[in-house]
Amino acid sequence: MKGSSSQDVIGKTVEPSRKRKRHYRHDNLAGYAFLSPWLIGFVLFVFLPIAASFFLAFTKYDILRAPRWVGLANFEKMFTRDLRYWRSVKVTFFYVFTAIPLRLVFALICAMLLNTKRRMVSVYRALYYAPSVVGTSVAVAVMWREVFGKEGLVNYILAGFGIAGPIWLGDPNTAIWTLIVLAAWQFGSPMLIFLAGLKQIPPELYESASIDGADRWRKFLHVTLPMLTSVILFNMVMQMISGFLIFAQAFIVSNGTGAPMDSLLVYALYLYRQAFVTFKMGYSSAMAWVLLLVIAFFTAIVFKSSQYWVFYESEGGE
Amino acid sequence: MMKATEITQAGIAEKEKKKAQKKQLFRAILYHGSVGLLGFIMIYPILWLFAASLKGPEEIWVNMASLIPKKIVIANYVNGWKGFGNITFTTFYKNSFIFAGIGTLLHVSSSALVAFAFARIKFVGQKFWFGVMLLTLMLPQQVLLIPQYIMFSKLGWVNTFAPLLVPRLFGHPFFIFLMVQFIRGIPKELDDAAEIDGCSRAGLFFRIILPLIQPAIITAGIFSFYWTWGDFMTPLIYLNNPKLYTISLALRTYADPAAATDWGAIFAMSALSLVPVFIIFIMCQKYIIEGISTSGLKG
Repeated sequence: MKGSSSQDVIGKTVEPSRKRKRHYRHDNLAGYAFLSPWLIGFVLFVFLPIAASFFLAFTKYDILRAPRWVGLANFEKMFTRDLRYWRSVKVTFFYVFTAIPLRLVFALICAMLLNTKRRMVSVYRALYYAPSVVGTSVAVAVMWREVFGKEGLVNYILAGFGIAGPIWLGDPNTAIWTLIVLAAWQFGSPMLIFLAGLKQIPPELYESASIDGADRWRKFLHVTLPMLTSVILFNMVMQMISGFLIFAQAFIVSNGTGAPMDSLLVYALYLYRQAFVTFKMGYSSAMAWVLLLVIAFFTAIVFKSSQYWVFYESEGGE
Repeated sequence: MMKATEITQAGIAEKEKKKAQKKQLFRAILYHGSVGLLGFIMIYPILWLFAASLKGPEEIWVNMASLIPKKIVIANYVNGWKGFGNITFTTFYKNSFIFAGIGTLLHVSSSALVAFAFARIKFVGQKFWFGVMLLTLMLPQQVLLIPQYIMFSKLGWVNTFAPLLVPRLFGHPFFIFLMVQFIRGIPKELDDAAEIDGCSRAGLFFRIILPLIQPAIITAGIFSFYWTWGDFMTPLIYLNNPKLYTISLALRTYADPAAATDWGAIFAMSALSLVPVFIIFIMCQKYIIEGISTSGLKG
């Protein structure tokens, strides 16, 4: 801040008129006046709730009676006695570490397919992005439930190949795959971000790689991937966070219960049920804090690891 | 002799050229064939939903994979629109448009004000607050959900639109970030010129900056509309009265597998709920793609 303001002063030394000088001084009144919409909202709807949530995590609270301090009892129950909690953790991890890599791989492949100057590319881009536009809508989740129904579209098509499809949503082993396929289908946003990243790679790099006799695969490994690492990092972090928070799709597909046999009971759904079905506000606040810490932990790991695999241009070449 | 070789050479060159052209054509066919096929597979489920919404009950589960109904049944839409519990979809659409319309307006206008503060005014604590704002982007809603619910229920706001709209009065960090980036790209000389002409801070914002950041405002508006239109969790928690249901809640109730019978009508209402989204997508594709590519907004 200081640096930038002194720079402004240096830039304006040519005409040190009074008015101009005033313009580049700090203007706290105007600054906070324009900032106030966000600042008030931050205090009321973010800061105070976070503080309250932290407090509630150590209490028993059902809204009707005052919160009762129980110390670490919520966490103790969560980690040692609540089997459903662990099932929801397992489901969520399985989802995140299956669906998100699939989504990112599809996104990258399609971005590379679309990174050309051929005709019709904008049409294809719109087609690939269309499923993401409808994203988390209930309509799509309702449709998905029927598409994967016992006599739904997927099994109908499988039957055409002579395969007897399972009862996807009746079998705890297959139910989660409906959500994974749904996530993999909606790769539009990371695809567009990859595409923007691909367009920034200077063509000279590919030319010199060609001169060195590199084939397509080598160009991909030694030019495309290293040049894309910072975009990969961004997509990975954003998608991972959104993966941990999956809710609406699991809610609709399992009709709000997480059935069959808790195989769709993702973390956010279990948290919702604890808070708004059984009104265990203290316990669900504790769950929310564990979720926050888990997300922070995995984000930190990804960022920490990035120093070994993200390639920054300013560091010189590879 | 010379001539003959020349001719043959020319012939070979011609042949080579034709061969190359053929190869190029082959590659173009291969590209458009495979990429186009993949594109078709991508939108097939959506097309299927729209097709199913027009099929009669005898066709829906029989002639399943087809995208062209043998007989177009508009009755699905008529029956679906009747809704449930004596509440028609007119009510649900009205609610959704109020929520998404006002919500978007609030989101975008407050975000623009805040973005102006971050991008063009210098004040104590600016960097700190900007950092805090970016951090809140990473914060899972679940942490805030319960205290917010307690707060709104103590205020007696459950079963009103207030919990849905009031938080939107205070902007969204993604949109603020998007607009800050955009304002930073506007030359500062414009500010100086406006000030010499006697323009106040507010005047500078409304007359100079606001018209110039229109593309960013449109992008933010589109995404805000999408998120609000599709939002499921907030209405689910705060609205229990079916008269206040938004489309997403109404669809969920309407398509309850325990009670559902008229699948044609359910598909019709599902398909219809996607229409506003697709209209905006088709009209404003440029803004959406730019918004995602430049700032990483999630769709």
